[in-house]
Amino acid sequence: MIKINNISKSYHKTEALKNISLKVNRGELFGLIGPDGAGKTTLMRILTTLLLPNSGEAIMDKLDIVKDFKKIRHIVGYMPGRFSLYQDLTVEENLQFFATVFGTTVKENYELIRDIYYQIEPFKTRRAGKLSGGMKQKLALSCALIHKPKILILDEPTTGVDAVSRKEFWEMLKKLQKKDITILVSTPYMDEAILCDRVALMQNGEILDVDSPSKITKKFPRKIIQVRSENMFQLINDLRQYTKAESVFAFGQYAHFTGINDDVEPSELDLYLQKLGHKKVFVEKITPGIEDVFMELMKTS
Amino acid sequence: MLIAQIKKMEKIITVKNLVKKFGYFKANDNLTFDVYKGEIFGFLGANGAGKTTTIRILCGLSSPTSGDLKVAGFDIYKETEKIKHNIGYMSQKFSLYEDLTVSENIQLYAGIYGISRKRRKEKEAELLKKLELEDAKNKLIGGLPLGWKQKLAFSVAIFHDPKIVFLDEPTGGVDPITRRKFWDLIYEAANRGITVFVTTHYMDEAEYCNRVSIMDAGKIEALDTPAKLKEIYNAKNMDEVFLKIARK
Repeated sequence: MIKINNISKSYHKTEALKNISLKVNRGELFGLIGPDGAGKTTLMRILTTLLLPNSGEAIMDKLDIVKDFKKIRHIVGYMPGRFSLYQDLTVEENLQFFATVFGTTVKENYELIRDIYYQIEPFKTRRAGKLSGGMKQKLALSCALIHKPKILILDEPTTGVDAVSRKEFWEMLKKLQKKDITILVSTPYMDEAILCDRVALMQNGEILDVDSPSKITKKFPRKIIQVRSENMFQLINDLRQYTKAESVFAFGQYAHFTGINDDVEPSELDLYLQKLGHKKVFVEKITPGIEDVFMELMKTS
Repeated sequence: MLIAQIKKMEKIITVKNLVKKFGYFKANDNLTFDVYKGEIFGFLGANGAGKTTTIRILCGLSSPTSGDLKVAGFDIYKETEKIKHNIGYMSQKFSLYEDLTVSENIQLYAGIYGISRKRRKEKEAELLKKLELEDAKNKLIGGLPLGWKQKLAFSVAIFHDPKIVFLDEPTGGVDPITRRKFWDLIYEAANRGITVFVTTHYMDEAEYCNRVSIMDAGKIEALDTPAKLKEIYNAKNMDEVFLKIARK
């Protein structure tokens, strides 16, 4: 559905995208995962025909992003990272405006947005600028969907959004996917990667890896040991002092330990920490998560 | 740090029956809590729960409708200027001036916090050395890697040795390694006795706090150590605790 071939884009001397190639299949929920500055927004702006690449090409549903830009705008729904609806129009007016611009009506495509829009419908006479963060997000998504796009592109829809609203938003995306909409979504939250069918891990304008989340973590070659004790700060410091330690980072209630080689056994770390007086020590080998993989790829790229 | 140890320590923030109304809307609905010296205090809640309102009040930027509050030993109604001298503040959205150099940013903040010209020079040199930024001293902030900016922003926020530093979503959008290195700095500051008051949407970061408060609709629904909260809510991790509280 989306084919990206060798796209590069620079802003003055900064290379925002370095020779990116990627394919997104029809009906996929595809995630661009990476921190600020990875190039996610630039790639999305190129695909939505808002920005021209320096080189390379991209095809969206058989349409070329340069030659067929007008047609692409009709089949793509785009929700930019910054709230960009009309703050001084009401909820209802914003929706009507976007429907009219695309030559359709709210009524014609209401079915598609009903699940999302009904939650903000009680506030339809309120100005968009006066909505809460969660409501703005729902309105923006409704507006991006009102012309029944084949491809939906969402730039960091969950950034700065609390954990509950984030979960609800992903549930909405899953529902939309079932309606035959191909979804490309970016996020800096690594834990959201597992909610996608496939992801591209991005960093500094490059793609580190593309695959399904489960395959990405299976490919990870290193052994990770997770460790817990009563004092996290001391635990991390002590683990870093261990002669066979390569990296030690906090992961929630645990610290993740990678050795200089994979010979390090949980039992020896346990012993080492007991000797140093750590209490309630718990050590076990685990399968890595996306964030472990990302951090490892960052180190080697 | 153990909860028993914290209990014995001095209170650095006391909040009693804090109410803040905007018209008829109660953004903060009778909040009561204490924060102890040297503690890392996680201040969590859904968007719109009232966190920013509380932080603005604690920083002396907004007055409560009612309630008794002390920050760093000073009264929130009468001594807001003294409070401002004793706190630091940093957020992901705004911390340093992009079009000033590293050195100019340090000098600017040192000046704002009233550090003498002579002392400023010494402290700047110390800081640049510690952060290994001596060579980047005359570079514009805008061009620095994110990790450096973060380190500098945090160091500037605690440049005047405040008693408390408020961190409002300091790690949003930051890569996973930089995010963790940032927490190393937070631990270091707390170990030096600076109280850290932090908000975040990353639930793994909630685990790094000594105590966590979770707000919902203007009220504090839970406040305890992460371990205790997980026990009370019968949850695997803080993410589950948060969902159980905010989704009920």
